[in-house]
Amino acid sequence: MPEVSMTVNGKPAKGQIEGRTLLVEFLRESLSLTGTHMGCDTSQCGACVVHVNGRAVKSCTMFAAEAEGAEVTTIEGMAEPDGTLHPIQAAFQDHHGLQCGFCTPGMVMSAAALLKDNPTPTEAEVRDYLEGNICRCTGYHNIVKAILAASGQDVSRIAAE
Amino acid sequence: MYAFEIDRPATLADALKALGAEEAQALGGGQTLIPALKARLASPARLVALSGVAEIKGIRTGENGALCIGGGTCHADVAAGAGAYPALAALAARIGDPAVRNRGTIGGSLANNDPSACYPAAVLGSGAVVVTTNRQIAADDFFEGMFTTTLEDSEIITEVRFPVPEVASYQKFEQPASRFALVGVFVAKYAGGVRVAVTGASEEGVFRWSEAEAALSGDFSPGAIEGLRLSGAGMISDLHGSGDYRAHLVAVMTRRAVAAAR
Amino acid sequence: MPRDGGIGASTKRREDIRFLTGNGNYTDDINLRGQAYVHFLRSDVAHGRLRKVDASAAEAMPGVLRVFTGEDFVEIGGIPCGWQVTDRFGEVMQEPKHPVLAHGKVRHVGDPIAAVVAETRAQARDAAEAIVLDIEELPAVVDMKAALEDGAPKVHDDLTSNLCYDWGFVEENKAAVDEAFGKAAHVTTLELVNNRLIANPMEPRVAVADYNRSTGDYTLYTTSQNPHVIRLLMGAFVLGIPEHKLRVVAPDVGGGFGSKIFHYAEEAFCTFAAKALNRPVKWTSSRSEAFMSDAHGRDHVTRIELALDADNNFTALRTETHANMGAYLSTFAPSIPTWLHGTLMAGNYKTPLIYVNVRAVFTNTVPVDAYRGAGRPEATYQLERVIDKAARELGVDPIALRRQNFITEFPYATPVAVEYDTGDYHATMDKLEEIADLAGFAARRKESEARGRLRGLGVNCYIEACGIAPSNLVGQLGARAGLYESATVRVNATGGITVMTGSHSHGQGHETSFAQVISEMIGIDADQVEIVHGDTANSPMGMGTYGSRSLAVGGSAMVRATEKIINKARKIAAHLMEAAEGDIELKDGRFAVAGTDKSVAWGDVTLAAYVPHNYPLADLEPGLEETAFYDPSNFTYPAGAYACEVEVDPDTGRVTIERFAAADDFGNVVNPMIVSGQVHGGIGQGIGQALLEACAYDEQGQLLTGSYMDYAMPRAGDLPFYQVDHSCQTPCTHNPLGVKGCGEAGAIGSPPSVVNAVVDALRSAGHDITHIDMPLSPSRVWQAMQS
Repeated sequence: MPEVSMTVNGKPAKGQIEGRTLLVEFLRESLSLTGTHMGCDTSQCGACVVHVNGRAVKSCTMFAAEAEGAEVTTIEGMAEPDGTLHPIQAAFQDHHGLQCGFCTPGMVMSAAALLKDNPTPTEAEVRDYLEGNICRCTGYHNIVKAILAASGQDVSRIAAE
Repeated sequence: MYAFEIDRPATLADALKALGAEEAQALGGGQTLIPALKARLASPARLVALSGVAEIKGIRTGENGALCIGGGTCHADVAAGAGAYPALAALAARIGDPAVRNRGTIGGSLANNDPSACYPAAVLGSGAVVVTTNRQIAADDFFEGMFTTTLEDSEIITEVRFPVPEVASYQKFEQPASRFALVGVFVAKYAGGVRVAVTGASEEGVFRWSEAEAALSGDFSPGAIEGLRLSGAGMISDLHGSGDYRAHLVAVMTRRAVAAAR
Repeated sequence: MPRDGGIGASTKRREDIRFLTGNGNYTDDINLRGQAYVHFLRSDVAHGRLRKVDASAAEAMPGVLRVFTGEDFVEIGGIPCGWQVTDRFGEVMQEPKHPVLAHGKVRHVGDPIAAVVAETRAQARDAAEAIVLDIEELPAVVDMKAALEDGAPKVHDDLTSNLCYDWGFVEENKAAVDEAFGKAAHVTTLELVNNRLIANPMEPRVAVADYNRSTGDYTLYTTSQNPHVIRLLMGAFVLGIPEHKLRVVAPDVGGGFGSKIFHYAEEAFCTFAAKALNRPVKWTSSRSEAFMSDAHGRDHVTRIELALDADNNFTALRTETHANMGAYLSTFAPSIPTWLHGTLMAGNYKTPLIYVNVRAVFTNTVPVDAYRGAGRPEATYQLERVIDKAARELGVDPIALRRQNFITEFPYATPVAVEYDTGDYHATMDKLEEIADLAGFAARRKESEARGRLRGLGVNCYIEACGIAPSNLVGQLGARAGLYESATVRVNATGGITVMTGSHSHGQGHETSFAQVISEMIGIDADQVEIVHGDTANSPMGMGTYGSRSLAVGGSAMVRATEKIINKARKIAAHLMEAAEGDIELKDGRFAVAGTDKSVAWGDVTLAAYVPHNYPLADLEPGLEETAFYDPSNFTYPAGAYACEVEVDPDTGRVTIERFAAADDFGNVVNPMIVSGQVHGGIGQGIGQALLEACAYDEQGQLLTGSYMDYAMPRAGDLPFYQVDHSCQTPCTHNPLGVKGCGEAGAIGSPPSVVNAVVDALRSAGHDITHIDMPLSPSRVWQAMQS
């Protein structure tokens, strides 16, 4: 079985894989990084979004072998080592941007990629960027609000609570 | 997925060598192939991942100002780097979703020729040239119907050369579930005439709407094609819309593309 | 101002930290040493006779431990149904056996035929392809009306027909209802479909089962909304395992919306196989598998008639519904179109005479059961659509027609057997008119029209029966379980509290909101309260979370147990302060002697309970732990009014939601932030049903919407920000918190307003359209405009 090595959340990681091993499987099963989730098999739900070399990708639609040598960031790598939440994570808590939590890792990783490219997106840009992240709990209201808040914009005029 | 070996060559030469193996198949960004493999709809013995081949990535300006996009260039890079051809950049910026755009490639999309994909409309609508490891293929000769192209096994798309039109626009009406094109129309106005390519609608895959091209070549305005319509026969008819609906949308999207062309 | 962390505060959710950092513990995150993996080989035909299942080649494949087929389960109980409905004629429903693995016949695409257990997931799936099947394909029945015709193929050979039951409610009223229709000044009739949906929680189902041969103990980890119910159903009816030898754990669960209430064959299989193989056995559903194995929702075809007198008062209502059961009876399936639907047909209106007829039908499709709202969205949709149609026919304002017929005096006994305790429907409608800015609609319509778009406004009311349910009542109605809830409140020596509840949180935030209630009652920080749920080893019993019942029933059990705690603690405090028990007051975490400055802190009392040196041992046991079971005396009746504004693109038929407002009365509210979130999510699903979602089968019973490529899930871009308000509060009169429940309101209340709005938009452009069936996809709307 071939071996793959990459940097995950700043630490070297390696393991045995098959050709068909997906990056998400390598993260969850070989590295026990179970924060990255699988919610579909058609590359649509986005629960598996991680960053590879600084870009958001669906880790269920990329082979582990293709991440050889890559820098991978997962949801587990977002908070500070002392547990301080990343500003996007904090905004999701402050604005109730999650309920069951299953889509949340992918949402946070997508939001982080968005704000890197577009630090002050409009509401429409946020909604558009979340095209590939499905949430069944929140009706998206508080997710969009949380991302706008994380970008430093005033969200006080968006419906209360 | 069935078991397979995976190669990740760094050069085109190595990629071609690897593709020479029995039952080997090229892997572009994998955004269509991997879901198909998961559903066990394909069973290659060996996948040759092209993601490490730097020489087929990137955007350059070619002869006569053509915009040349490496076959391994992902949609996000086209969206960001094809400013010389704004309609093409805009199309790339609306394929799939952001994460898909960071992996999916133009070469992979064209080789797959999904009848609802966006890029085939741009290539056919621009009269682009598909450059492979073996030859150069004119867009009009490249697409051979749903999921089929003139590509041979072990042939890799290295570049796609787009002549830059005076104005162009791509208008996509999304299928509500998959967000692929229920109907997508690419309109491009060149000095020599107007090209109109339609994706998502036909059971034969992407096609040119010649009546609209003729009308628009004479008068590039939405009014020139007012009343012009296609037949619903031969159009895809499914849960998301009848053939008649798709035929109707082609006309609507064409008019909108003409109005929006920049 | 509510106290920080107490009732009424928008306290941030404590559970968020683990979910936001990737440290949740979902069932698929659980891996047991030595676990094997199961792959289910599922039927790809809708109906067929299983002539032969030859697994010999598969058993010889690498890594395969064993292949199980229906033969292995012949002696095992079927998956049970939890509700027995009695029909119009006093006969009980037809109830077919539901085997764990198909035996004799396959009855829907996705019906499991064989289960391969192997060392790896891939090996199990590889080997499943080597199973040789000989299936004689039979004609499938998909359409409900066709399924009831003479000579239709029977889904179950041993039943007399495909009719599960023919239910009439209230049967005794039928003649009077018919008579009222004969005298009506106006009758409005509407035929409609309540589209079949798939719940689609983002976490697919998972089961991991373990068996300890030396103790005979089983443990099942499963994605469930009610682990105790799974323990009861699977233990007692399927596998014959007594509760004390079976532990069921539902850890973090990634959404349910009803679909994770039910006991599924895969759970029973994994538990059975864990013993048979003496290995932990794990199953993780793929999304594709979920589409053909999770119970579906809705799927009603209805004809509704509303009778009005010459003054536009509603005089009678009559409905005929066909309700799809699918191929087998899922856990609560028979109750959904009956007791959760027929009893709500009065809505918010004082219609004196109502008759509801429901024919439940077996078809060769996936079983249908509760999905967010469960019966109540179907009731609300038809009622609020027919009222809108009546208003148009009569040329009156749809809001005025509703207001004229509102129930205004409470308690109110409806003609469909329920008694609304409280409500104020004019108040929620007033609030709606304000927050939705209905006065500004005309100007907004003009602005839309200037851009070539058609704008429509739709309004509706809803009422639901939540907080299910009084056990003695549901027992009379055919429930095979009680619907109480339990809680154990364990006060630790240093004053911290652990609450073990039978309610289950899979997104609702109970760990936060339940702690707020305790914090308020005792006057300690919410941080001192831990809420534990989802494990039969912890909580004494639990009926679980569905039907917007957690706070109303589970919360009430917790309040009752906490009251017992406070009573006991008061006795201890009285002893410590040498005062009379009746003089002791609990305030802000201290017990004080009334009228004095003497007091002891909560922690001093709790410590005394566990270190009983100075303690009334002769009269009182040491320790401070109490359990309560709470059985509600009535349902709760949340109600409200919703408004939707849409734009329609006349060229394409595409509908966009421009504004959406919801004014709800949930009674008292513990955490407004969480309540709003629940409403948002419900509205998202309701708009999904109205515009996007539909589960479709072809005539052969093939599932046409088997993935997100064809089943349209609402995305962020499909939905707007919502205006929600729950300041109209008429507290429930019969539970201690005065709460009504908020989980389903959004899904119940939103579809009619969306459809009403689209019809309004199209009519504004002169289209003579009275109805379009959901989902109002672009192609359907465009098609409607062509006629």
